[in-house]
Amino acid sequence: MLAPIVDRFSLVSLLRFFPVPLLQPILSLIGTQVARNEPDIFLRLGPHAQKTFVIDPSDLPFVLVLRPRPEAPELSAFRRADAPRGHACISGTFLNLFRLIDGSLDGDALFFSRELRVTGDTEAVVALRNSLDDIDGGLVQAVTGAFGPLSPVAAMTVSHFRSLGGRSHHER
Amino acid sequence: MNDDTVPQRPELVCPAGTPASLRTAVDAGADAVYCGLQNETNARNFPGLNFSPVELQKSVAYAHARGAKVLLAVNTFPPAGKFQLWKDAIDVAVACAVDAIIVADMGVAAYASRNFPQLRLHLSVQAGASSPEAIRFHCEEFGVRRVVLPRILTVAEIADIHRQIPCEIEAFVFGNIGMMAEGRCSLTNYVTGISTNMDGVCSPAADVRFEEEADGALTSRLGPFVIDRYACGESGGYPTICKGRYACSAQAEPYYAFEEPRSLNLSALLPELMRAGVTALKIEGRQRSRAYVKEVVGAFRRAVDDIMAGREAALANLIALTEGHKETQGAFRSKSWR
Repeated sequence: MLAPIVDRFSLVSLLRFFPVPLLQPILSLIGTQVARNEPDIFLRLGPHAQKTFVIDPSDLPFVLVLRPRPEAPELSAFRRADAPRGHACISGTFLNLFRLIDGSLDGDALFFSRELRVTGDTEAVVALRNSLDDIDGGLVQAVTGAFGPLSPVAAMTVSHFRSLGGRSHHER
Repeated sequence: MNDDTVPQRPELVCPAGTPASLRTAVDAGADAVYCGLQNETNARNFPGLNFSPVELQKSVAYAHARGAKVLLAVNTFPPAGKFQLWKDAIDVAVACAVDAIIVADMGVAAYASRNFPQLRLHLSVQAGASSPEAIRFHCEEFGVRRVVLPRILTVAEIADIHRQIPCEIEAFVFGNIGMMAEGRCSLTNYVTGISTNMDGVCSPAADVRFEEEADGALTSRLGPFVIDRYACGESGGYPTICKGRYACSAQAEPYYAFEEPRSLNLSALLPELMRAGVTALKIEGRQRSRAYVKEVVGAFRRAVDDIMAGREAALANLIALTEGHKETQGAFRSKSWR
């Protein structure tokens, strides 16, 4: 019972103190990998590929900014105070957002429980959600292999996040 | 002709908004999966959702290779002058070898039945056919093989209809439950100018806004109208007018003028539905995620298999996936439900 609490605390603590500049190469690699391997995402996004999405893990001190341009998708980290304004903002705990893009939590259910907050351009958010949900195995799995010799470390990290989870549907 | 005492093995009909969802549904035990094209010919015309013709063709191959059927929803009503889009959708369905199309409009049904007499037709819930007379008309005129009943009938009424019609019955068992005048709701049209029945979208996301306030309350708006204001921590629902909570001078507190946000769940009524002659059990939710599809389809697969094996069905707890975290058996149990 105590171990998951400690693990979760450690994980959040680690990410909380992770230097934002060090995140950027990882995020850029994820963006490049998705553009290369999952081009259908951009077809589904349609005109919303030109929008800017702020993804806000509410328990961490930084936000992610996604500009899913088909020609050059950008995924960047900003300290919350420095984040640009987006067309839409999606907010929740890091683990819930992780499980959402990993395909193991339902976005509507998270929204019903008020654990997922959406502001701004709702249509763009719906398009993004549906586009990401069309990746077999989820976005996380799709990019885990992109880290070259560090792929096993990435897979272990993902596995660790999965074992911690957010709130699963059965937990409520 | 129909034996009400022996449960018939029903087909589990499951939703898919994307090809990945279709594969998830098939892998989770769906007997059939229903889906739509990326335009207003179906009633879930949402951004980023649905299938291109190429995706549909590949998805049909995936399903057929695993013994599952694919049903294409072409279940909206063509506005004047735009009928060609619906004809094209039928042609795509035939070219992709789908197992049936789900239609609501009589013109669409006539085009399909006359040009493709071998194509199996199901009558959509959007047709709102709730009497034996209406159902028989569609069977006789267009060769409809199955009717998806509106969610306004009790199980006893379904059994009665079953005895009077020459086609199969499909009934919703789980998911979103909306206005009880299916195919005739114009609330979205009134507020946004977009028609649920002709454009295929209820509460279009482009007109939806959520605003969080300093005290943690959440206000949902559709166009210029406030649909609801949820207190901090209060479960939310879809921003649809029919599930809204409104203030008016006749009520002391804001109240649900039409319906409360809650989802249909008939898992406890499955044996009764099967004895009543329901041929197919339908799960709503093409707009939902793969996670929802996997969990709900898996739960109903196990429940149906348990019942057919003579075991007591182990009903999974699906409350976390329901709107407002509330369930109802709606009119299926009693007409006292509004």
